[in-house]
Amino acid sequence: MPTKIEKDAVTGTETTGHEWDGIKELNNPLPRWWLYVMYACILWSVAYWFVFPAIPGVSGYTKGLLGYDQRTALDAQLATAYERQGVFRDAIATTSLAEIRAADDLLPFAIAGGRAAFADNCAPCHGLGGAGQGGGYPSLADDVWIWGGTLDDIHTTLEVGIRSDHLDTRWSEMPAFGELEILSPDEIEDVAEHVLSLSGGSTDAAAAMRGAETYEIQCLACHAERGAGMADLGAPNLSDQIWLYGGDRQSVVAQIARPRHGVMPAWSGRLDESTVKMLAVYVHTLGGGL
Amino acid sequence: MAPDNRISGMTELVSTEDVLSRKEQKEGPLYAGRVNVYPKSVSGPVRRIKWTVLIVLLAGYYLAPWLRWDRGPGLPDQALLIDMTGRRAYFLWIEIWPQELYYMAGLLMIAAFGLFLATSIGGRVWCGYTCPQTVWTDLFMWIERLIEGDRNARMRLDKQKLSFAKTGRKLLKHSAWLLISLMTGGAWIMYFKDAPTVLQEFVTGQAGVGVYFFTGLFSAMTYLLGGLAREQVCTYMCPWPRFQAALMDEDSLVVTYQKWRGEPRGKHKKGDSWDDRGDCIDCKQCVAVCPTGIDIRDGIQLECIGCGLCVDACNTVMDRVDRPHGLISFDTERRQIALNAGAKADPPRVIRPRLFVYLALILVIGAGVLTGLATRSTLDITVLHDRNPLFVTLSDGSIRNGYTIKILNKSREARRFTLTLDTPSGAVLSAIGTEQAEPGAPVVFTIPSNAVAGHQVFVQLPSDLLESDAMDVAFVLTEDAGGESVRYVSSFRGPS
Repeated sequence: MPTKIEKDAVTGTETTGHEWDGIKELNNPLPRWWLYVMYACILWSVAYWFVFPAIPGVSGYTKGLLGYDQRTALDAQLATAYERQGVFRDAIATTSLAEIRAADDLLPFAIAGGRAAFADNCAPCHGLGGAGQGGGYPSLADDVWIWGGTLDDIHTTLEVGIRSDHLDTRWSEMPAFGELEILSPDEIEDVAEHVLSLSGGSTDAAAAMRGAETYEIQCLACHAERGAGMADLGAPNLSDQIWLYGGDRQSVVAQIARPRHGVMPAWSGRLDESTVKMLAVYVHTLGGGL
Repeated sequence: MAPDNRISGMTELVSTEDVLSRKEQKEGPLYAGRVNVYPKSVSGPVRRIKWTVLIVLLAGYYLAPWLRWDRGPGLPDQALLIDMTGRRAYFLWIEIWPQELYYMAGLLMIAAFGLFLATSIGGRVWCGYTCPQTVWTDLFMWIERLIEGDRNARMRLDKQKLSFAKTGRKLLKHSAWLLISLMTGGAWIMYFKDAPTVLQEFVTGQAGVGVYFFTGLFSAMTYLLGGLAREQVCTYMCPWPRFQAALMDEDSLVVTYQKWRGEPRGKHKKGDSWDDRGDCIDCKQCVAVCPTGIDIRDGIQLECIGCGLCVDACNTVMDRVDRPHGLISFDTERRQIALNAGAKADPPRVIRPRLFVYLALILVIGAGVLTGLATRSTLDITVLHDRNPLFVTLSDGSIRNGYTIKILNKSREARRFTLTLDTPSGAVLSAIGTEQAEPGAPVVFTIPSNAVAGHQVFVQLPSDLLESDAMDVAFVLTEDAGGESVRYVSSFRGPS
């Protein structure tokens, strides 16, 4: 409440009647154009409600007279960007993978495009940097490839997937030696020991020797001599230090008894050709391309 | 009540005898209509200085974008250019990259301290002479005087009923204002785009939406603020008046009415004596010429922008009545206190500690900016360790880490570098997409001029050489021309 309204001797204006630490204010009227500006702002905001999406309802919201939608705007921007990249994308679609890999102008674009597509489509399983995850998602950055690590191999894997719906999908199936009772538990233990010995991880030489016989009968056909593996069949190399499902004894036994088989989608129908090629080049440059 | 020109100190201005009871309080209006100001033309040394400053500043503003500076092929040849799309700022021979924006901080500091210095010496010289609002309003007022006539003619014109002649004059004036506003808005754009190019694109309709929009915006603002709002900006919109008072002290030169000499004021007929009266003849010319329409005889006030045109007006009148100049002049509060008390006053103290403190600050910051600019290196190298994955186990059990070597080449020529590994011993360097004879050999980078390049490299270490889960790895980057080398230490990670 104003307490003490006084009159200024110089201008004749009254004070507001309040005092703050000895400071008093003259009660000058507001310029009228401030009031008009405020009215204009109010009119503007009301018009804004009508023109742009504004008021939420129980489900949905008022769309606004302009029909402006950020999602549509983003789509338009993406389409423009896509068109601008057209030159590079067309070049990539018509150039061979090896040529792209060697080209100074196409390689950076392919790596950048591949990186972007990788983050959207592949990272959920293979990790952002292609490091893979435990539980059967292979690392794409190392030099071990179940289905081949050349540019063409990687490209084919991307196109048809692994155990996917694609007609020409890559497919391999390891018999469930334990579940189907093809081998007894002891035999499985021994052959697991032998497998570990192939990579220098065995602790029981005798068991490894016993397992060698079982290996020759049951495993050699796919996993080849000394566990070298066969990329054509998708049989992994058992003699290296990389284990998809774990390299400790228990995990090896489990994989022999009840093998796990990973599934990878086929990307040929889902991504356009240039993107798949860029992905192939990108994965190849992650460090393990052969 | 002691007369004083201080702005603060409300308690001195309001005497308690003037406390009003509820009955005595007047119900004033809530809103005040705008009081139109019709500044009269004036001539004199102050006016000439103000015109000179205006011409110099406007010429600089409109002409500067047209200055050329050859920087070689591929680079813009405009002397002053802030290239938003290219992300560079060009000032004559200086080129600023986005990460060097801190130079702008230095410039702003110098500008701020410069303003404080100017204000502490000369009062509101910024407001009265150099502020863009003042300069364009002054220009617009000059055009208004040209088309509609001087103060009395304009007041008569406004009171007239709307006629063909009146409409014509008003239209002509506003068209002239709009034309200058358009040139002003357009000139602003030319600091951000190449001037000849954007002008040609503008008139042929090929400039982008952004150019047309911002030109329109700045033109509209110039017209509104310089033509229509005018003194309302200084009085109600600008924050400067409200704290410039804190930058002045009793030794700052401000526009001052010499009250000790002017009072008591009153009409004076030719032949009357000047005894027992002040020199002020109440001609109100000081009020007539004031761009904000105030009476300087009320003392220093928020609306007074310190232009000093009232000085010229009063001196002109003093000449006519044969009295000395200086009834209104640039003077200090300290002198006024002395003179109003009847004592002698020393000349204004311009040289004082404050001046040196501000100068020192400006010099120190200026030296800092100049040193920074002079010692800028044209090369910047960063080694970024891949975060994902931190390390990769290879088929033979060895561990590999990935790094991105980012090189900024700020020079005009392309540069070649050779990368080798220093430690740990036994580590093998390989690279993607760059020249390398074979894994383990030095990697060669070529960075184009004025560009940033990132290259992916891999360092591979056999597992038995791994000492811990985090080791030091040292990269050595040697420039082919000159042989200078830089050593960069990063970390090599492994399984824990």
